[in-house]
Amino acid sequence: MLRLFKSDLHIHTCLSPCTELNMSPQGILTAAKKKGIDILGICDHNSSENSLAIMNAAKKMPIHILPGMEVTSEEEVHVLALFDDVENALKLQEHVYQNLPGKNDEEAFGMQVIVNEKEEVLGFSERLLIGATTIPLDEVVSLIHAFEGLAIASHINREAFSIIGQLGFIPDNLGLDALEISPAMTIEEAKQKFPYNYPITCSSDAHYPDDIGKSYTSFLLQEGTVTEIKKALKNEGGRKLIQ
Amino acid sequence: MKIKEIIEKLQLKALAGQENLDVDITGGFTSDLLSDVIANSKEGNLWITLQIHQNIIAVARLKDLAGIIIVNNREPDEDTLKKANEENVPVLCCQGMAFEISGRLYELLKA
Repeated sequence: MLRLFKSDLHIHTCLSPCTELNMSPQGILTAAKKKGIDILGICDHNSSENSLAIMNAAKKMPIHILPGMEVTSEEEVHVLALFDDVENALKLQEHVYQNLPGKNDEEAFGMQVIVNEKEEVLGFSERLLIGATTIPLDEVVSLIHAFEGLAIASHINREAFSIIGQLGFIPDNLGLDALEISPAMTIEEAKQKFPYNYPITCSSDAHYPDDIGKSYTSFLLQEGTVTEIKKALKNEGGRKLIQ
Repeated sequence: MKIKEIIEKLQLKALAGQENLDVDITGGFTSDLLSDVIANSKEGNLWITLQIHQNIIAVARLKDLAGIIIVNNREPDEDTLKKANEENVPVLCCQGMAFEISGRLYELLKA
């Protein structure tokens, strides 16, 4: 049976250097539950190392966790990658890590905390997760699709690190699945300002628990999966993006 | 000053758009944000950037820029160069970084 899924496809965890420890599995899930979120996308910068912890912590909850990451392309464009299977997220992570130069400086950028589902700190990532990969944008999209993921251009209404800010406009034939706008813009404004032939999703890009669900997308789906969201973005089998 | 003189004086390498080097430039513009180039560059500017994505050619055309200098020894892929040749946009590359090339071009134009 088809039903509505309130989806926030873009949040960060304490692994992203720009967040605090309160973005732990419990911190995130408590906030998501309060906001009535059905689907949550875990998108740390250039890493998916905390996805499994959140998935495990949510096992007994009626919330669907999509493992993923926010990849920074060579052009410094942010792209969300979301998967059904954490193994695929980790395969993308392997490619990203092989092409992500630099070491994190905690003083400058912040801590990158790897946790488990019991809120225990397993370690700190030493990679420069806030940096850019050396993977060109079209390759980022191809890689995400090769691992059966969903590729969404992040916060296209922002100047910094957005496809439009960095590249002026969206190149033809890139094959993105959707464009995301951040809470700073309404869907009506976005449709006027960005007259592209792509579905538009709204997400919070939350770095703090209170921001989770601040902006969300409603999908009519059979279940809370990437496979179903893909159908909704193409209007297939009754699945829909509700706006 | 014409692009071909700038190529000689700054020791640039022309990778595409060689038919359009006999053009006088109106000034220089240094930026890696293509949205900034669309908003603020002026017709006839020579654009200095490290971006090598195909969109640079479309932006140069859109703004009638005289050409593009790609810094730091970066080379665009074949598709970008093919598009540049189709659109007759000179694409020049150099070893120096944006700061250095911008400074040297500024000095040349001031002289």
